[in-house]
Amino acid sequence: MSAPKTNSIKGWIEYRLPIFSFIDHSLGSKYPAPRNLNYWWNFGSIAGIVLVMQILTGVFLAMHYTAQSGMAFDSVENIMRNVNYGWLLRYAHAVGASMFFVVVYIHIFRGLYYGSYKAPRELLWWFGIVILLLMMATAFMGYVLPWGQMSFWGATVITNLFSAIPGVGEGIVHWLWGGFSVDNPTLNRFYALHFLLPFVIVAVVILHIWALHQHGSNNPLGIDVKTPQDTIPFHPYYTYKDFFGFGIFFMIFSWLVFFYPNALGDADNYVPANAMVTPAHIVPEWYFLPFYAILRSMPDIAIPFTGMVLVQSKLAGVIGMFGSILIFFVLPWIDRSKVRSATFRPVYKIMFWIFLLDCIVLGYVGSQPPEGSALLIGRIALAYYFAHFVILWFVSKREKTLPLPESISKAVLASHGGY
Amino acid sequence: MSTPHHPPSPDLFSTATTRRDFMVLTAAALGGVGACAVAWPLIDSMNPAADVLALSSIEVDLTPIQVGQVIKVKWRGVPVFIRRRTPDDIAEAQKVNVSELRDPQGDEQRVKKGREQWLVVVGVCTHLGCIPLFNAGEYKDGWFCPCHGSQYDTSGRIRGGPAPKNLVVPDYTFLSDNRIKIG
Amino acid sequence: MVGIDMKKIILIAISLIGLGAAGIAFAENQKPPLKQSWAFDGIFGHVDKQAAQRGFQVYKEVCSACHSLNRIAFRNLADIGFSEAEVSALASSYQISDGPNDNGDMFQRPGKPSDYFPLVYANENAARATNNGAAPPDLSLIIKARKGGANYVYSLLTGFGPPPAGIQLTPGQNYNPYFPGGNLMMPPPLSDGRVTYADGTPATVDQMARDVVTFLQWAAEPEMEIRKEMGLKVMIYLAIFTAFLYVAKRNIWRKIH
Repeated sequence: MSAPKTNSIKGWIEYRLPIFSFIDHSLGSKYPAPRNLNYWWNFGSIAGIVLVMQILTGVFLAMHYTAQSGMAFDSVENIMRNVNYGWLLRYAHAVGASMFFVVVYIHIFRGLYYGSYKAPRELLWWFGIVILLLMMATAFMGYVLPWGQMSFWGATVITNLFSAIPGVGEGIVHWLWGGFSVDNPTLNRFYALHFLLPFVIVAVVILHIWALHQHGSNNPLGIDVKTPQDTIPFHPYYTYKDFFGFGIFFMIFSWLVFFYPNALGDADNYVPANAMVTPAHIVPEWYFLPFYAILRSMPDIAIPFTGMVLVQSKLAGVIGMFGSILIFFVLPWIDRSKVRSATFRPVYKIMFWIFLLDCIVLGYVGSQPPEGSALLIGRIALAYYFAHFVILWFVSKREKTLPLPESISKAVLASHGGY
Repeated sequence: MSTPHHPPSPDLFSTATTRRDFMVLTAAALGGVGACAVAWPLIDSMNPAADVLALSSIEVDLTPIQVGQVIKVKWRGVPVFIRRRTPDDIAEAQKVNVSELRDPQGDEQRVKKGREQWLVVVGVCTHLGCIPLFNAGEYKDGWFCPCHGSQYDTSGRIRGGPAPKNLVVPDYTFLSDNRIKIG
Repeated sequence: MVGIDMKKIILIAISLIGLGAAGIAFAENQKPPLKQSWAFDGIFGHVDKQAAQRGFQVYKEVCSACHSLNRIAFRNLADIGFSEAEVSALASSYQISDGPNDNGDMFQRPGKPSDYFPLVYANENAARATNNGAAPPDLSLIIKARKGGANYVYSLLTGFGPPPAGIQLTPGQNYNPYFPGGNLMMPPPLSDGRVTYADGTPATVDQMARDVVTFLQWAAEPEMEIRKEMGLKVMIYLAIFTAFLYVAKRNIWRKIH
């Protein structure tokens, strides 16, 4: 027999499907990772755990949910009141969705600060943007399912956006709705897609990790791994660090689920959907607020001093909203600096913090009615959002960067550790 | 040549390896507890929900049932036959030789003492689940299953045809002379 | 260092925005609700069963004339301390629509514990027609369905008064500063002594409002006590486990530093 003798069950499997060595080489003791990763690198694995948790809670919720406009709200209340631990499944899934975005947003901003989008990781970055877009679609459709007032009216407002497309817009909207307004056909197809998309996300996550493993993780210094001294085995160093990160994450998550489960939600969604009554303020979930602000702040695009409108504000808002995400696809080429990490780019570092502040301001604007000072601030913040990339194009080529260390291991030795 | 025998370490943490082992073991144990605590709500959520359990027992008023009449009530999603038997039916049921039955059960095991006129059985054929018809087969005042020809007697016991067991007698109690609670 | 100053600015901005957003929630033409302290608040919150039972009496004798409670089943009342016998008796005092019978007709029968509180009006249109165009909402979720929750409902119930100068009321309308807009069709439901409590507690407006809010809080979140108890256990377990994982991580990383 040519099967290895040691640990025979493991060896028997390994000979037929090398799963153990695959795990060893991808997140075990044989996968080298930079030795200087800080805690901002925990958020990728946390995002993965949250995805698994959302799928698990989602599948078990799906056993009790009914996607029919007359029964959906009641089926969710049945889960809350009658199904064993139903309230726990529901709150975990709802809070989990919010936490998924918290974690992913931090993960993205980590990438922006340390230049993780730069060569050779452009494709890795692109897969990430695709995951974000899929998450947004999944969350949007998921929020419609309880069929509360916000579910219904949020769906109405956002799907109506597509009517801004000249000519075919209205036809597209009726096609999306399956009717002449958001109603039962819309609910059913959103349920089918909400069930499907997370598995598409899993597939893109696999591509994301595969791309990551080609060149390995970036690191806080932004300089390449040059020798094995720059690395440490992923297991046990980063496995245990990641487990600790999971512990902290689940403490925050549990605090919300068990004590403040509705803190991030909207009271109006506990009112069953009523097509004849619009709520006073239609607000999306917090993670969509910056995009909602951009959508509503875009003015008419006109030729100055002529009053000739080229693009109506409704369509401009849609273009601006999608543009604000799509622009990230070209970021690796907009940012022309050879230096990755903001640690060594004092000008870019300031730009980064201003950009983050700008996103938060946009989020706040999105929660307010679009009038008065909120509208003005929104327009300024929106203008700066896109200006950031224009400024970056010029600054990245010219800025004075600080001298880079020779290697990761030399830099780590020089600071002789911090943990 | 013999290697010197090392006495067992008095201190559990005298070597890095045993400290490592302890850590791994404790982490695994704590993690295992956590995994079970997470798995249980997921599994239990599939058990019957509170509203289903609330309907898991029903009360039936027996007053309107005449002698010789049989009614059908729905209990846990299946039909239950409640029959007020005639003295002839009872005698017929009691005189059967129990040892000759495919599913040996005396009539007295299938009714409540002192209330032998009341027969309460789940109206689902024990063969493959069809609902038998009353008084339609070989046994007068028994049941006949049209799907594959099972024959039940006045006590609901299997007497002919392919069914293996007697019609099931559910858990029931008399709340009063004229009221029973099933389940 | 510029970076650290920036971080401080961001953090301050986030906190200000958070506070601002919370404060602004009630801005236009709605008075922010009075802050009350409730036994069910906080991580050790629990439902005062006596208060909830009194609150149920208030609901039954005052509110149920217009407001349904149709997500609560009679059997659920055992949670707030009613015995099985009391629940059965209460259930059978209601007539529940059932059927169709063998003739094909719907009929009325006495309630069972597994039944839900019946609707007050056959449908929303009937509710509107009988109430000057405003349908009284179902109360099963009202505490979760309104910004301000328990404080809002309490303030609303006790906040009725004459309209200030300049506010016009149409016939049938009432004024309440805690209601968005101020004008609502609901008349003030509570007055001192409106209900005679079974346990002898004096039934002031404040007492009845607090009791019915406690009852409605339970109706909206019957799982609350179990949820918070479980939460405490989960937090303790996670704190221990996470602390252990941190020690393990430090131990493993010691070699490198």
